[in-house]
Amino acid sequence: MSHVQMLDQIFVIVKHWLLAYVPAGWQPLASAVMSVVPVLILFPLLFAITTVLERKGLARLQNRYGPNRVGPFGILQPIADGVKSLTKEDIVPRSADQMVHLLAPLLLVTAAFLGYAVIPIGRGMVITDMNGGVLFFFAISSLVELAVFMAGWSSRSKYSLFGAMRAIAQMISYEVPLVLAAVVVIMAAGTLSTVSIVNAQASYSGIFPHWFVFTPWGFTGFALFMVAATAESNRSPFDLPEGESEIIAGYYIEYSGFKFALFFLGEYLGMMATSAMAITLFLGGWAAPFSFLTWVPSYFWFFAKLLALICGFIWIRGTLPRLRMDQLMNFSWKFILPMTVINIIAAGVWRFMPMGPWRWLVCSLMIAGPFIVLGRATSWQGKGVAVRKYRYAE
Amino acid sequence: MTITFLILAGLTIAGTVAAMGLRNLIHCVLALTLGFVGLAALYMHLGAQFAGFVQILVYIGGVAILAVFAIMTTQSAEPVTRPGSAPFWVAGTLVATGVFAVLAWAIHGSGAHGRVLPAEPVVTAQQIGFALMRGYVLPLELMGLLLTVALIGAVVVAIHERGESI
Amino acid sequence: MSPLSSYLLLSALLFSIGLAGALSRRSAILVLIGIELMLNAANLNLIAFWRYGARPEALTGVMFAIFSITVAASEAAVGLGLILAMYRHSKTTDLDKMTSMRG
Repeated sequence: MSHVQMLDQIFVIVKHWLLAYVPAGWQPLASAVMSVVPVLILFPLLFAITTVLERKGLARLQNRYGPNRVGPFGILQPIADGVKSLTKEDIVPRSADQMVHLLAPLLLVTAAFLGYAVIPIGRGMVITDMNGGVLFFFAISSLVELAVFMAGWSSRSKYSLFGAMRAIAQMISYEVPLVLAAVVVIMAAGTLSTVSIVNAQASYSGIFPHWFVFTPWGFTGFALFMVAATAESNRSPFDLPEGESEIIAGYYIEYSGFKFALFFLGEYLGMMATSAMAITLFLGGWAAPFSFLTWVPSYFWFFAKLLALICGFIWIRGTLPRLRMDQLMNFSWKFILPMTVINIIAAGVWRFMPMGPWRWLVCSLMIAGPFIVLGRATSWQGKGVAVRKYRYAE
Repeated sequence: MTITFLILAGLTIAGTVAAMGLRNLIHCVLALTLGFVGLAALYMHLGAQFAGFVQILVYIGGVAILAVFAIMTTQSAEPVTRPGSAPFWVAGTLVATGVFAVLAWAIHGSGAHGRVLPAEPVVTAQQIGFALMRGYVLPLELMGLLLTVALIGAVVVAIHERGESI
Repeated sequence: MSPLSSYLLLSALLFSIGLAGALSRRSAILVLIGIELMLNAANLNLIAFWRYGARPEALTGVMFAIFSITVAASEAAVGLGLILAMYRHSKTTDLDKMTSMRG
C-alpha cells in the first residue's frame, strides 16, 4: 500500500504485528486489550489537556490570565491538579451511605468510558462495530443519570439531594431531544452502526464532503444535538445542578479527594464522548473536509474536530449566563423537542424530493418557519418584549 | 449450561432477591437495576441485541429513575424503624414457592430439555424497522395511543392541585 | 449454548421472586417493583422461546418483548403517579395503613 495509506493505518498495522507474537488461544483477549488500552490512555490524556485549555480559555474570555505558574504558560497544571486530588483527605460523612457513596463515581466513570466503545476514531479503528452502536451509546448514557442520583442521595445532605434531583430532571428532559436529533441521521443512513454512518459520509462530490451537517436537516440536527449534549453533561449554560450557588457544588458536594477527581473525569469524559458521537453522526467522523486533504491520516481529522467541539463548549461556557431551572425545562420541552420532531419530518421530505435547489428551499423553510414561530412563542410567554430600562445607582 | 449463562443468571437472581429483600428502598431499586442489567445481558446472549439495549434504555433509564423519584418524594421525615415486610410475609413467600414448584414441574415435564437449537438469526435494526412498519404497524399505533394515554393519565393523577400542600 | 429449560427455569424463578416481593412487602413502591419483575420474567420467557423456536427470522418474540417493555414502562409511570397521589392523601405509602375505603 502507498505511504499515505500506511500512515493512515499505522495503528492497525502495529496492532496486527503485535498480535502475531501472541499464542493463538490468547489472540481474541489480546486483541480486545490492545484495542481498549489506547482509548483508556488517550482520552484521560485529552481530559488533562482539556482542563488546562478550559481554564486558560475561560480566563482569557474573562480578561485574566488563568493558571500560568506550573510549567510554561501553565500547561503542566493538570499534573499539579492530579497530585492535589490524590493527596487530599478522602472525607466521607458519617451519616452517608458508605457503599453507594463509593459506587457512584465508579459507575459514572465506567459508564463514561463504555461510551467510547462504538466511536470510530479512524479508518478501520473502532473498538467494536456493533449492529446497534448508536443505541448502545444512548443506553449507556442512561446509566450516567443513575450514577448522578446515587451520588446525590448517598451523601444524605439536603443540598446534594436537591442538586441530584434537579440534575436528573434536567438530564432526562434533554435525553429525549438528544436521541431524536440522532434519529434523523439514523433515518438518512439507514443503519444504527456507527462505522456505516461514517462510511456513508466519507465520499465527496467535487471537493465538498457529504457530511450530514451540510444539509438543512443535518445542520439543525447538529445544533439541537449540541444543545442537548451541553445539557446532558451539565455544562454551562445548563449547569444549575452543579453551580447552584457558587459555594455549593450540588450533587457532589460531599465528595473530596480522589472521588471528586473521578466525578470531574467522568463529566469531562461524558462531554467528550457526546462530542465524539456528534462528530460521528453529523461531522463525518474521520473524513477529511475537502477531497484534496484526504492524504492527512484519518485519526488526525477526528481529533481536530473533537478539539474544535471542545473549544466550542468552552467558548459557550465563557459567554452565556446560566439558565434557571424553569427556563431550562421550558426550553427543552417546548422548543427543542418540537424542533427535533419537525426536523425528522423535514429529513423525510428531503429523502423523497428529487435532488436540486427546490429541496434545499423547501426543507429549509420547513425548519426555519417553526423555529421562528416557536422561538417567539416560548420567549415571550404572553408578555410583549419591551424596551429595556436601565437603573443606575444614585 | 454454559459459564456465561450461569454468571448472568447468578447476577440477575442476586439483584432481584436483594431488590425484594432489602429494607432500604433506594438500595432495593439499585439492586433491581443490577437485575435489569443482568437480564439485558441475557437477552444479548440470546441474540436479541436490540431488545437488550431497549431494556437498558427503558427500564434503567426510565422505570428505575421513576421509582427513585417516587421514593424520594414519598419518604416521610421519620426514619424506617418498622420491619419492611408485612406480618404475613411467610404466607406470601410460601405462595411464591408453590408457584415456582408448579412451574418447575411443568417445565421439567415438557419437552423443553432436548430442544434442538436453530441457526443463529441475524437481527438487524433494519429488519425490526421493517417489521414494525409492515406486519406490526397496528400494535405500533396502539402503543403510541397507550403511551399518550398513560402520559396524560399519570399527569392527571399526580398533579399538584391548587391550594393543596405537598 | 444452554438448553431452553434452563432459561425457562430462570424465568420461573424470577417470576416467583417478584411474586414473593409483591405479596409480602409493606411499601407500595416495592409491590410495584415486584410486578415489574414479573413482567421482566415473562419477557425473558418470550425471548428464550423466540430463540429456540421454529422460525427465529420472523422476529415475533423480539417484537412481542419490545411491546411488553413499552407497556410495562407506561404502567409503571401510571402506578407511581397513583402512589404519589396516595401519599399526598394519607402521608404514607405503607399498605398496611390503607385499610379503609373512605377518603
